[in-house]
Amino acid sequence: MDNNNYDVIVIGGGPAGLTAGIYLARGKMKTLILNEGTAGGQMVLTHEVANYPGVESISGYQLSNIMKNQAKNFGCVIKSNLKITGLNLESEVKTVEVNNKDIYTAQAVILATGGRSRTLHVPGEDKFKGKGISYCATCDGDFFQDKDIIVVGGGNSALEEAVSLTKYASSVTIVHQFDNFQAFQHAVEEAERNEKISFIMESKIIEFIGEESLEKVVIENQKTKETFEKEINGVFIFIGYEPNTEKFKGIVELNKWNEIVTKNNLETNIPGVFAAGDSIQKRYRQITTAVADGTVAALGAMEYINNLHALVQA
Amino acid sequence: MLHTNLKHVASEQEFNELLQNNENVMVCCGRMGPMCVPVYGVMEEIESEYKHVAFRDLEFDGPHAHVIRSLPECKNFSGLPFTVYFKNGKVVKATSSIQSMEQVTDILNENFGK
Repeated sequence: MDNNNYDVIVIGGGPAGLTAGIYLARGKMKTLILNEGTAGGQMVLTHEVANYPGVESISGYQLSNIMKNQAKNFGCVIKSNLKITGLNLESEVKTVEVNNKDIYTAQAVILATGGRSRTLHVPGEDKFKGKGISYCATCDGDFFQDKDIIVVGGGNSALEEAVSLTKYASSVTIVHQFDNFQAFQHAVEEAERNEKISFIMESKIIEFIGEESLEKVVIENQKTKETFEKEINGVFIFIGYEPNTEKFKGIVELNKWNEIVTKNNLETNIPGVFAAGDSIQKRYRQITTAVADGTVAALGAMEYINNLHALVQA
Repeated sequence: MLHTNLKHVASEQEFNELLQNNENVMVCCGRMGPMCVPVYGVMEEIESEYKHVAFRDLEFDGPHAHVIRSLPECKNFSGLPFTVYFKNGKVVKATSSIQSMEQVTDILNENFGK
């Protein structure tokens, strides 16, 4: 059990979490990173990172590996692809349960769980993932050569990817739940100019239908609630990101978008619990901002622990 | 070449030898994209736990990727990566698109044992 006692536990192993791990371990804090996904978070998904200062060009995967090795080389323990099954953050000694069996304790915790692509959560979505439904145009666009496809969403990603998918598809229908787009005007105009693109506004897909692969969708008009079926070969979904904060609901303060609310030093409403990266309330989400957050949260956690020790000694 | 820490399948001959020489094989055929990289990550993570399984990746756009792409089990696939599990040279399971650690280990445990 003693081996499971740490100074700081970082939940999340993206750029924010790994940076926190580097700073903490280098500061001689016994540090554990617990990561539900692959170390690197969404950074590993970036094909080329060309705006990370000091590095002219690198893949997100390589940058992740370097950060991971840096943290490990300073003594940080990293455990990935696990499930956080329990949390007690409010007491002075914080506990984190993993995979319903292992309990880890620490004096401070940093929440750096990042975000993920939103899904529609409608019937058939899981069944046809990879068999007609995709969340990545650059990955799967070429499977839809001369096919009819739908793009769901109204933001920049949806509009830009719809245009890029016209390289392959014979037609692209954009289905959007509102009567106007959230994308920049130039992206909207480019989509509107493209002859292969048509629009179904104020509508949502409410079901995916097919046998071995996707064959049609059911679309519902949001105003009239009328539904109709549309035959389709593929659907690409680009409806934004959401923070991975479900586990913290009712424990730390979240805003209405479920982002973690923090003070300037990135401490949450619970003493000794800090947050960093894409899961916190902030305007810009970049690798560089996540790295900055990880640094601030790590320094805050170290100061918190040093103050605790000073109090005990006094 | 795929920039992973996994062993790569570099030729059709290597693929055939892989199936001949290993009872349990998992091959992930993809690119360095958002849906593929997490699956490579899962494989790297569990490779040491499943010593009775040979883990490999294979470049989807490489000249020998047809060994996976042309499998009947992948006929309806339209999402990368194509991940195929072989037992004694025969396909026992194939999945399309991103898979979680839990999904991968469930398949491994069911087909190859833990």
